Parts: sequence; C-alpha cells; structure tokens
Amino acid sequence: MSDTQVPIPSLADRVRAVNTGAPVVGVHFLGSTPIFVLGEEALLFAGEDGERRVVVHAGAILDSVSDRKRVISGGDDGKLIETSPDGDRRELASDEKKRWVDHVALGPDDAVAWSVGKTAHVRTGKGDLRMFDAPSTVAGLAFAPKGFRVAVAHYNGATLWFPNASGAKPEFLEWKGSHLGVTISPDGKFLITTMQEPTLHGWRIADAKHMRMSGYSTRVRSLSWTANGEFLATSGSEQLILWPFDGKDGPMGRQPKILARAESRVTSVASHPRQPVVAVGYADGAVKLVRIDDDALILARQADGQHVSALGWDSSGQTLAFGTESGGAGILAL
Amino acid sequence: MPSPSNTEKIPVTVLTGYLGAGKTTLLNRILSEPHGKKFAVIVNEFGEIGIDNELVVNADEEVFEMNNGCICCTVRGDLVRIIDGLMRRKGKFDAIIVETTGLADPAPVAQTFFMDEAVGSRTKLDAVVTVADAKWLTDRLKDAPEAKNQIAFADVILINKTDLVAPEELSELEVRVRGLNPYARLHRTERAKIDIGEVLGRNAFDLDRILEIEPSFLDPDDHHHDHHHEHGHDHQHHHHGSGLKHYHDEEMQSVSLKTDKPLNPDKFFPWIQDLVAKDGPSILRCKGILSFKDDPERFVFQGVHMILDGDHQRPWRPDERRDSRVVFIGRNLPEDRIRQGFESCIA
Repeated sequence: MSDTQVPIPSLADRVRAVNTGAPVVGVHFLGSTPIFVLGEEALLFAGEDGERRVVVHAGAILDSVSDRKRVISGGDDGKLIETSPDGDRRELASDEKKRWVDHVALGPDDAVAWSVGKTAHVRTGKGDLRMFDAPSTVAGLAFAPKGFRVAVAHYNGATLWFPNASGAKPEFLEWKGSHLGVTISPDGKFLITTMQEPTLHGWRIADAKHMRMSGYSTRVRSLSWTANGEFLATSGSEQLILWPFDGKDGPMGRQPKILARAESRVTSVASHPRQPVVAVGYADGAVKLVRIDDDALILARQADGQHVSALGWDSSGQTLAFGTESGGAGILAL
Repeated sequence: MPSPSNTEKIPVTVLTGYLGAGKTTLLNRILSEPHGKKFAVIVNEFGEIGIDNELVVNADEEVFEMNNGCICCTVRGDLVRIIDGLMRRKGKFDAIIVETTGLADPAPVAQTFFMDEAVGSRTKLDAVVTVADAKWLTDRLKDAPEAKNQIAFADVILINKTDLVAPEELSELEVRVRGLNPYARLHRTERAKIDIGEVLGRNAFDLDRILEIEPSFLDPDDHHHDHHHEHGHDHQHHHHGSGLKHYHDEEMQSVSLKTDKPLNPDKFFPWIQDLVAKDGPSILRCKGILSFKDDPERFVFQGVHMILDGDHQRPWRPDERRDSRVVFIGRNLPEDRIRQGFESCIA
C-alpha cells in the first residue's frame, strides 16, 4: 500500500476535497463514482468530471444502502427511494401516513427491505411485497448472505424472518435490552446486534448460543466485516476493535484485536473490500488506514475537529471516500 | 466549520400533564407566538388536537430498560431514534418540544438525555413543564399516580383553567401541589396563557444554573402566589426544620437537608452514591449545593432516579454563607435515614 516506513505516513495531501455543504451521513460508490449521502434531501455525485447534487427526499435521509448498482434510501418524508448511477430517482414505496422510513437493507436477488415503525417490509426482486410486525420499533435490518432471511433488531432481541416462507415462524433470538443495529456474518453463522449500552450482543444462529462483546467507551454505531469475514471491525472506543469470527465459536472466550489507538474515539469503520485493511474515522476528524496484520497506519485525513460520520470503498479498494458531520468530505485514490 | 462539541446544544422542553389539562393548548400557544423561533415538535401518536408546525414527529413512547440491572434506568427508545433523525436537519429548528401522553412518566424522557451519549452530546434537557387542570387535579392526584409523578418531577407547573375554580379551591390546590414539589415554578393560567420565557429557556438541568435551593414560594420573583400555604390547613401538614410542609397521607414528598458545617467529600460521595443506588427507584429528582471542607469552590449536583450529575461550579463568594443544601423529591423516602446519613457526612 505504501513504500514508506516512516511512522504514520500521510496520503492526506493526495485527497480530492469535496465540500458537501451539509452533514454527510453515508458514502457509497456507483461504479467508480463516489456518492455522498447528505443529512437532508440529496445525494452528492462526486465524479471526477464534476459534482452533481441529486435531490431524492423532501427532508432528512435516515438510512441508505448500496449494492454498487443503485443507492436505496429511506427518509423522514415516508419514502423509500432508489437512485440509479445516472441519478434517476425511483420511488419504491411510500408510507401513506408519511411516517419515517427508518432503516433500509439490500439482499440477494435485488431484494430490498425497509422499516416503518414496528413494521419491516420486503420487496423481492420480482416485486412481491412481504411484511413482518416486530414486537417494538424496528431498530435495524440485515439480510443473511444466503437463503432469503432478514434479521430484524428490536427491543429485547432480534428476529430472523423468512419473508418467502409464509408458514415459517420467525425465529426470535432473545436478549434483554434495546438492540439498535444488526448484522449477519458473511458465512451466515452469526448474528450480531449493537445495543443501547456500549456493547454488542451475538448469537450463533445454529444453536442461539450467546456471546457478549463489551468494553466500549460508547455506543457502537459503525460495524464492518473484513474482506474474508475473519473479523468484525467496530467503532465505539479510542481504538479499532476487531472481533475474531474465524472459528466455529466466533469470539466466544476470545479477546478482540485492538489496533489504531488514538486520543480520539473511533466513529466510523469501513473494511477494505479485498485486503486485510480497515479505514477508520475518528471523532477528531482523522481518517487512518489500518493494516490488520501489523497495525501499520497511513493517515488519509488530518484531524481538524470534524466528526467523521461516513466512510466507503469502491469495489476494487483503490478509492476511499469519507465525510464528516460538518460537511467536510474527501476522496483518496490509492 | 465548528465541530459538534463547540456548537450550542439544542434545548429540549418536555411538556407533560394529564389528559385534557391543556398541554396541546400550551404547545400551540408557544408555536404561534411571534418569537421568530423554529421548533421541532415530538408529539405522542394519540394527540387529538392538530399541531400547527412544519416539523412534527409522532412518537410512540417506547420505554426501554437499560441492560444494567437497574430497573429505574429507563430511556425513551423512540426519542433516541427521533432525535438522531432530527439532528440530520440541524439548522432547520432552534429548539425541540416533546409533548408526552397524559399517562407518561417524565423520568425516562429526562434520563434519555443523560444515558444516551449521542442524544446528550447534541441536545440538552431544558425543563420539564407540567400542565395541570385546576378543576380536576385534586381528583387526579388521588386516583392517577401518573399525575402525581408529573407534578413531583416538574421544573415548571402551570395550574391551568383557573377560571373554572373558586379562589379558595385554587389556594388549597396550590398547597397540595407545593406539598409534592416545593421547588418548581408555579403559575396560574387560563387557557394556558403564559409568557413563553416562563416555560422555555429555563436551563433547569444546567449545573451552572443551580443558584439557590429554596422552596420556590420563598422566591421573591415568583409572583403568582402570596404564601397561601400559611393559613388554614395546619391540621393537614406539619413543619420540618427547613420550612417544608406536606400532607401526612402523601406518599410523594420532599426531604430537604441543610447544614452550615462543611462536608467531607470522602464521606459524602460514597453516601449519596449508595443512597441513589439503593433508593434510586423512589427518588424522582434531587439537587444540591455543597460546601466541602478546605474547598474554595461550590460543588453542585442534580439527579434523576439513579443518575447523578455534579461538578464544581464557582468559588464561594466572600460574603456568601457556606451552607450545604440538598433536596430530594420522591416516593416514601426514608427521611430519618437520609437525614442521619447526611449528618454523618459533616467533616
């Protein structure tokens, strides 16, 4: 990645700065074009040929996800919107009471999931609609990598829902407390939630065996599986916390790998799509590339007090884009 | 551009009150005044009267227990979610108003601002404002524990619809309200008509604003009642050393402590932490100004159930009496034990 051996070499001077003029809440790539999701209304297409603001919602953008072919976003205008690489906006769903579309997820075969209040919705690739009512407000959605299953995080646990098997009873994984986000490991064996408390909770899906991952200084708000699924990279402490998921027991009885220690708290993480490298954003504005094997660091953005709120890689891992709560954004071609 | 840490936090006002007391009337009054301020309003989904405001969000009042083994450590999950969403539109509003249902407990709302780091770093709880119906409050205090909670928890209380009751009935009601909460600002209103400065921008949870701990009816700025409590009801309440009174039959009460002797911080902190750990569920609010031995600065604290927030505030002034004062408002408080515990903290 870098031919220099100096401690914390910097590539920050190679960053193409983008002024979004609004808080950045998400970063995606459509082809080679970086897309910054703004806190309100718009996506900012930041291709090398110029920046283009595409208005997609009439209000706040609450969640977004991308499969590199399209960006799916949910807004406080009650709309679920699909945006194409050309910037064409298509309304996929609209809540009749204009309730917030809080969460979105993308699944296999072009399926889309979203939630409004306590209800999780799925639209299959064929356009069929499915619904699931959670016991409390849906706080996170994730598709399993294989099979047509959706994990729904809520109060006192998570539910594995099988949208295409109408007779199948959703599988309830119970753990007391408020679960605010969910992810399933790339091998499909583990389901992990982030909680209101500064901790993660996990289940081995096969036998619902529990695992607790704690020790954070604040609530974990950013998760990312490393390229080979070996680690789950997490924000929430003054270092990058990587939980090992390589064995059949996941992190049960094991310590996490702790890298990239800093004065400031990690706010955002994004694993490199191919290599054992994680991009880490901090509350003080710094963005670093961290090599998992030896904790080698490269600075991608200088600390300036802005809270890093979003990070994203292109599919080849050649380009990293990042944004902050104050609207500072940048693109680094490696 | 400024980082979130050095920008102003958005103030949040919580409006509580039993059904029909006039919360929504007050809310619409606040929104329609020509103050030039923009509000984001979070209302409960069963609100029956329309709200005339651009940014209105429906809340479902989900009270979530924190997973820390403490049953009184609850947060409003919907507020965590909604405030996170609203802050994406920062700049579109100057303040947030949360209107709760008549049955809501204000404590989880307040605790959300102390328990959730993301909420607490962007917003600050300004005050809990309770609207009470002058005609029906006495009945509600008997049959609705929620109404009692809302009065006891409040920083500002509007006794509304005063035109519907006789003056002596109103005085009696105020005595009863004072018995539950001697520290709130009390206002008599008709159709929730009040100067907005009396309900917004109160900074009631701001440590810097803890100036005095005196029952509010001794405060010369509080014009709305002229010591009604002083006459007529001697058979119903008794006096404590501090001058506080409450009904014998009242499970909700306040305990006020005072000493002119300096306290030992090494005794006080373990004592208060142990007290709120054990009696936190029955303590709704607490507040204190403390003088520690050999400490030139005032220490102030405030708390909600088990959550305590405290800091040095400023140096004691040369002309100031270095008294330590602490008050607890709560349900069935073990008064004697609290007094003994406090006295054992004297250096």
